[in-house]
Amino acid sequence: MDLLKRAFGLLWMLLAFVALIAVVLMAQAEISRKPTTDVWIQWGVFVGICIPIAIALFIFGLFALKGEYDRLPTRSSDR
Amino acid sequence: MENATAQAPKGIRQVIWASSLGTLIEWYDFYIFGSLATVIATQFFPKTNPTAALLSVLATFAAGFIVRPFGALVFGHIGDLVGRKYTFLLTLVIMGGSTFCIGLVPSYERIGFAAPIIVLVLRLLQGLALGGEYGGAATYVAEHAPPDRRGFYTSWIQTTATLGLFVSLGVILITRHALDSDEATSIAKFNDWGWRIPFLLSIVLVGVSVYIRLKMNESPLFAKLKSDGKTSTNPLKESFVRKGNLKMVLLALFGATMGQGVVWYTGQFYAQSFLENTCKLDFDQSRTILIWAILFATPFFVVFGAWSDRVGRKWIMMAGMVLAVCTYRPLFGQMVALSDASRARTDQVVAHSESTVINSVEKQTTTVDTAIYWKLVGIVFILILYVTMVYGPIAAFLVELFPTKIRYTSMSLPYHIGNGVFGGLTPFIATLLTTVYHNDLLVGLWYPIAIAGVCVVIGTLYISNRMNTNIAD
Repeated sequence: MDLLKRAFGLLWMLLAFVALIAVVLMAQAEISRKPTTDVWIQWGVFVGICIPIAIALFIFGLFALKGEYDRLPTRSSDR
Repeated sequence: MENATAQAPKGIRQVIWASSLGTLIEWYDFYIFGSLATVIATQFFPKTNPTAALLSVLATFAAGFIVRPFGALVFGHIGDLVGRKYTFLLTLVIMGGSTFCIGLVPSYERIGFAAPIIVLVLRLLQGLALGGEYGGAATYVAEHAPPDRRGFYTSWIQTTATLGLFVSLGVILITRHALDSDEATSIAKFNDWGWRIPFLLSIVLVGVSVYIRLKMNESPLFAKLKSDGKTSTNPLKESFVRKGNLKMVLLALFGATMGQGVVWYTGQFYAQSFLENTCKLDFDQSRTILIWAILFATPFFVVFGAWSDRVGRKWIMMAGMVLAVCTYRPLFGQMVALSDASRARTDQVVAHSESTVINSVEKQTTTVDTAIYWKLVGIVFILILYVTMVYGPIAAFLVELFPTKIRYTSMSLPYHIGNGVFGGLTPFIATLLTTVYHNDLLVGLWYPIAIAGVCVVIGTLYISNRMNTNIAD
């Protein structure tokens, strides 16, 4: 099970990259289709919030890959 | 120390009542703005003026996606430093005050650009307050509850978001039809000035809730921590910089709240907009269907919350997400089929009456007969049942994941990113997919299906079903 958890870590890291690229490409396509200010703002907000979430998913994958989730903490002193 | 949390039944009932009422009012306040967005747009954000329209876009996107998680950070931080009671009292006052003030703002026609700017600021304050409320209320109740009934007691807090939607829809529908004996005149009056009533009503509700909350004591766990001088000096740093806790925050987000957020939004908001825009049901029917479904499904928040005390939180939440992933397309497909069948029958009747044909062309909406109406209520009930499965146990799950001294901060951010960002994106991504793939009416569902699917895999692999009964550390 621990091996599976670690292996999936790579998938989450990859998914973070793919999701971010997909959102940026989508934003690019939508803005060039209708280059008005409100579309810029809308997609600016989407990309702006997706960047930290993608980074967070990447870190999650990295933690999983390193085995940080093999055993979860049960008390504060374990953290 | 854990014994300090075990309250007498009367005491815990007061805690639940005070916390739930305030949280329900906060959700009510947040939803009436969304539910009345079209009316508000005509009053404050006229499309003929590009700057006003721009402010409208900001009000829509910034409140949910940026300010709400920011509110979770700000108030979570305050809640872990100062205490739960005063922090979620503050969020209630900010939310209620903002909502009341929106009801007082003169229209764009009267004061020009000041109107949309004031409304934008008030809407952002609403988003900020909402970000701080839930974590406080859930933490406050959980820290009073006995360990073996934590899921049951916190599930009352979980009912508030859905009941807030229920109350907002009810108040809007009643106000819309009560302003004049003639229906058309009543709706015209509502669109002109009556929309302010649901906003103004908020101050009464908030006043009552603040009064009740003022009489409550601080959470016993936090009070003990504070008297021992063991509170965190920097909850933000401890929550999101320290690796041991950050990994739990990430697990909460990607293994639970992300999927819960999309299931929540799809079961309620997307279902209602789907009935109105794709199935072309009229305004009242699409809303009353949701109201009935909410009414029947809401008790299940408590059922699943209580059940999670016996079997663990994880598998109930995962089961709700799996069911959503597997059945969304057939269920929404059934909604389309039922409304199409109804429309086909109506068209046959219409063919015999020229005047009705004109009427139906003008309105572009349909009303379904009683049998189909209740079938649609049944389908939306199932969708909300999934919501109760994923949402009922989640407060207890999040509370048990983090230590007392940083609990408010640590659980608020993943909750509001999961709900505000992943959930809030549901209508936009769904609409976007529909504009690209015109032929598939159900294409918008791939977004919640994909997010919930990934969440199920992460949750199943990494989350433990073991309940942490000791949350006093």
